[in-house]
Amino acid sequence: MISRKVLLASLVCLGGVAAVIWAVAGSGKVHYLPYYLPCPEIFSMKLQYTEEKLIQLFPQLFYQQPRVLAPKRQDVLTVTPWLAPIIWEGTFDPEILDSAYRPLNLTIGVTAFAVGKYTRFAPRFLQSAEQHFLRGYRVNYYIFTDSPQSIPHLQLGPGRRLLTVPVQKPSSWQEISMRRMEAINQHVAKQSHGEVQYLFCLDIDMVFHNPWGPETLGDTVAAIHPGYFDVPREQFPYERRSSSAAFIPEGEGDFYYGGAVFGGLVRKVYELTKMCHMTILADKANGIMAAWQEESHLNRHFLSHKPSKLLSPEYIWDDRKPKPPEIHLIRFSTVKKNYKEVRN
Amino acid sequence: MRITKLHGLAVLVTAGITGAIWYYYPFSPARAQEHKASPGEDSVLKTDLYETSLMFPWRRDVLVLTPWLAPIVWEGTFNRDILNAQYLQKKAVTGVVTFAVEKYIQFIEGFMSSANTYFLAGHPVNFYLFTDNPEKISHIQMAPENHLFVIPVQNDPRWQDISRSRMDIISCYIQSQFQHEVDYLYSLDINVQLLAHIGVEIIDALVATISSWQVTPQHENKGSEAHPEAQSAIPEGQGDFYYTASFYGGSVPEVYKLTRACSAGLREDTENGIEAPWHHESHLNRYLLQHRPTRLLSPEYYWDPELSPSTIQVKRMCPVHQHSQRQRM
Repeated sequence: MISRKVLLASLVCLGGVAAVIWAVAGSGKVHYLPYYLPCPEIFSMKLQYTEEKLIQLFPQLFYQQPRVLAPKRQDVLTVTPWLAPIIWEGTFDPEILDSAYRPLNLTIGVTAFAVGKYTRFAPRFLQSAEQHFLRGYRVNYYIFTDSPQSIPHLQLGPGRRLLTVPVQKPSSWQEISMRRMEAINQHVAKQSHGEVQYLFCLDIDMVFHNPWGPETLGDTVAAIHPGYFDVPREQFPYERRSSSAAFIPEGEGDFYYGGAVFGGLVRKVYELTKMCHMTILADKANGIMAAWQEESHLNRHFLSHKPSKLLSPEYIWDDRKPKPPEIHLIRFSTVKKNYKEVRN
Repeated sequence: MRITKLHGLAVLVTAGITGAIWYYYPFSPARAQEHKASPGEDSVLKTDLYETSLMFPWRRDVLVLTPWLAPIVWEGTFNRDILNAQYLQKKAVTGVVTFAVEKYIQFIEGFMSSANTYFLAGHPVNFYLFTDNPEKISHIQMAPENHLFVIPVQNDPRWQDISRSRMDIISCYIQSQFQHEVDYLYSLDINVQLLAHIGVEIIDALVATISSWQVTPQHENKGSEAHPEAQSAIPEGQGDFYYTASFYGGSVPEVYKLTRACSAGLREDTENGIEAPWHHESHLNRYLLQHRPTRLLSPEYYWDPELSPSTIQVKRMCPVHQHSQRQRM
């Protein structure tokens, strides 16, 4: 039997210790043992970029006068609250934009990852891109692959090149997804920053069906995910666990952006891939993987660094969905595939 | 051993203390984040004031995007909080250029007091006031973050020369002074009054205001030239919008290019003996046809009060004169 005195004494001691801890913890900052993340030296590299060109001169053109009181699209939002345009069919005149961008002699880069079983999607991707993607412009296709020999070298249009970038075979399809940011970032640092002015990062398991023109060029460009463009923000599949670096709390968020399409000026893509890669590393250090891998991190980034141009779901469509009346033209959409088979 | 009340009390107290420690001392990093104050920039970039829905445009009655994808700023198309946060990150300073010569000095006080209240409120603004009578200007109360620079100029005897000399003056001063002091520059008429906030939604590379005449029906393109040789002649079949010269601006390099081009055009016209009606406004429109603005301001931003409003929800700036005809400035 423990005596009453001993019991009381031990309780008082416990209370005293608790009070001390409480005081110390409540007053000062919380200190954690620092975890030094591996920091590739490219994160501190300063790049020399090829000069960006602003729109200079619009040559003479004849077309119908735009009417101030006659909006082209009344059914959808065409400008974000931070005054970034949202590109839908009917909001732009392709001729005007072409006349402004073509004289700038731009080269646009496209990155796509054809790793493991995804190499089978490369031929259709490239063929349809040749037909619809920025026709008449200089384009560099950067296909990241672990088996360069399986990428067909098609006949490309003038001024268009195909370059394969070797990557290591990853352990799972989630790994491919998570490593994309790092791979693109390193590639920009080593190579593409000197070759292209704009860069688009696309998924390979998709096909172009309709023209994708210079209306998509901008400082930072994101595309609205086809599955979530007409639902309220509470239903967006953001990462909702607060321990993740991609965490977006309830009540926040503008749109849900798709990870299959993003891009912009090459230095902006460099910055955005760097930041996303750092948040992915932070999550890795904490042993957590975001709900939709890099797409969650991309959404987190675009919440604080809002894109300067948005592409409507016309530019990132899912063929399994029925076409709603707001979508007049599907330009880029997924290929029907057996997910289980391909993600093995 | 028998369990007495004291044992129960001990367990309860221990549990209570342990629970208190657990709650207040965050053992997991995530809990630490919740207690940490959220970074200022993140909280301001929340769009919780209006939920943005892709299916519900706020303004269905007007054009909000030009065919070359420049936004047209109307009330209801933007969230000023987000734009303010983005502007603060740029750490930019904006300047305003305005001319008050001869009898236009009477408008200075009204202009400055309303501009201090409504023009980019909360952000530092440099007002450059060009006048031919600096002594006549009484003390003007400025907002603490704004600055006023009074610059003396000579008045031109011929009204036709005034507009060219103004374009000249602006481009000269940009080169010598303004480019070192401001990042964005806007030219405003002095005989206006601001009635509602004009904020950072106007900040972009090249910005022009759609003339209020364009919104009223049955109005022809004002200022189409009779003289095809006039530098500012805009041929039939061309032209997007008619822009007013009372409010335009943008980044300093772009405004410099614009004023240089317009003054060169005006000089050439004068040499050829052509005097275009609405002078510098015609040249402005010609320039903006070939160098399209990156952002347009709706007629809310310069609204002639004699016209009846239809789609104008907010009148932000109105000319002060009472005459029915526009004064030639």
